[in-house]
Amino acid sequence: MAPSAVAAPRVKRPASGLRAWLGVVPFFLFAILFLILPSVKLFVGSFADNEGNFTFKNLLQLFTEPSILNAYWLSIRISAVTAIGGGIFGFLLAYSVTIGGLPKALRSMLITFSGVASNFAGVPLAFAFVATLGRTGFVTALLKNVFHFSIYDTAFSLYSFVGLSLTYMYFQFPLMVLIMAPALDGLKREWREAAENLGASRMQYWLRVALPVLLPSILGSMILLFGNAFGAYATAYALTGGALPIVTIQIGAQIRGDVLHNVGLGYAMAMGMVFIMAVSLGGYSWLQGRTERWLR
Amino acid sequence: MTTQASSAPAPRERSRAARILTRRGFPLWSWLWFILGALYFILPLYATLDFSLRMERDTIGLKAYSAAFADPVFARTFGYSVLLAVVTILVSILLVVPTAYWIRLRLPEARRIVEFITLLPFVIPAIILVFGMIRIYSSPVNLPFTDIRLLAPLTTSKLGTNALIVAGYIVLGLPYMYRSVDTGMRTVDVRTLTEAAQSLGANWATIMVRVVLPNVRTALLSGALLTFAIVVGEVVLASYLGLPTFGPYLFLLGQHRAYEPAALTFTTFLLTWAAMGIIQLVTGGQGQVAGAH
Repeated sequence: MAPSAVAAPRVKRPASGLRAWLGVVPFFLFAILFLILPSVKLFVGSFADNEGNFTFKNLLQLFTEPSILNAYWLSIRISAVTAIGGGIFGFLLAYSVTIGGLPKALRSMLITFSGVASNFAGVPLAFAFVATLGRTGFVTALLKNVFHFSIYDTAFSLYSFVGLSLTYMYFQFPLMVLIMAPALDGLKREWREAAENLGASRMQYWLRVALPVLLPSILGSMILLFGNAFGAYATAYALTGGALPIVTIQIGAQIRGDVLHNVGLGYAMAMGMVFIMAVSLGGYSWLQGRTERWLR
Repeated sequence: MTTQASSAPAPRERSRAARILTRRGFPLWSWLWFILGALYFILPLYATLDFSLRMERDTIGLKAYSAAFADPVFARTFGYSVLLAVVTILVSILLVVPTAYWIRLRLPEARRIVEFITLLPFVIPAIILVFGMIRIYSSPVNLPFTDIRLLAPLTTSKLGTNALIVAGYIVLGLPYMYRSVDTGMRTVDVRTLTEAAQSLGANWATIMVRVVLPNVRTALLSGALLTFAIVVGEVVLASYLGLPTFGPYLFLLGQHRAYEPAALTFTTFLLTWAAMGIIQLVTGGQGQVAGAH
């Protein structure tokens, strides 16, 4: 498509100049139309009042409007809980199949399964958890019949904070496994041998060699998991039908009909979300950069 | 900070039993974590499968599956989603392959900005993307600061809405498609291939179709399958743009049916598994992750 438009006779070393840039025009045009422009629209809109005049009020109102604050706080808690929980569990799993001494076959099994599970989300995931932990779900029934323990007699509900977190975990910890397995492979055998030769115990090796090397990677991955949960919409909506007002669901309500009665405030809420996502992705790539000093 | 342990000699006072358990012996903890993980993976799938087979009282059967597949609305919405996925894949290949190729060959200075753009979809979740798209394209698009109309409102026409959703899906798949293709081009060294082809007298079209594309076909396949997995189950863009695809259909079915949604859920899982399995096979274990959560 694009390259054939510029009939360069020979391949040269990087030829700058306008003609070379012509080749990427279709891509940039697409990105501007369907990625940049929609974002800019929300960004500009968040600085406008209902009459279209410039204002900072929308952004300030984000911090005073209780329904918005609650939505952000709920989203942040769910994302943090599933990022830390999924991060720890995913790390332990990745550890067990890489250097934990399990048979090699289990590793490729786990990696494949993690690839599938981290992509299995949205409506089907919500339905699968209803079939598992819903009122008549498989595990619910199993616990009732075998252990005579009804989880719904406790405060548990699948359609609550805990239930949604358990559901999110299904795509959170596999993502951690996928990121951590290569990082754990990067721990060099020599480091361990050096530590052992110098008399370090296993605990000392982990606390003073392995974990410090892995820490940026672990933290970075958890931040990525945080963003992963923060942007999720379909799973929560399919599971709770909007009863758990996380940010994405509030934004959805704002799109369907101006529930905040302030268009600009809706834009500001969306922008706040983009801001948090950007910070988490930035944090991830910064920490990932630090990881690469040791793990290649 | 990372090598301090080397300067800290330590007494070794671990019991023999502990050493056997943790060292060369049986990796108890590893097995424990693995079994927990496996249970977490399998239980929801088993529960869904089990439930989907019990549509008829007291027998195990595939009735839910035959009922779900026999629904003409299923065939229509699923076919529609597959069609959207195919169009999305084709257009994103047309968009990504020449761009990635051109940057490798002629415009390395554009690499950073293009990579940045391909990462933006991670920062802008689908719900925000569709929000912005609806606000922009539900009214006519004018040339900035003028009344010259560039585009009629896209969301009011069927073709326009379809174009919009395909564009949105391309955006959602962009990080995976671009990275996959770019890595593919790095490993085969397109520059040398291009020079060889040119010295044999090939023109640009020939180079593109007969040299570049075949050499990145593994990358294309894995990018395409990931895009497929994202698009077929996607709900957010489809429901806010009001298009009758499979995702919203499955959601609505779940509101008033019990067994058929379970059957379709399990089918979706098998599809995802197939897509990821093929990627694993062709890329030799370089698993990738997507996110239409």
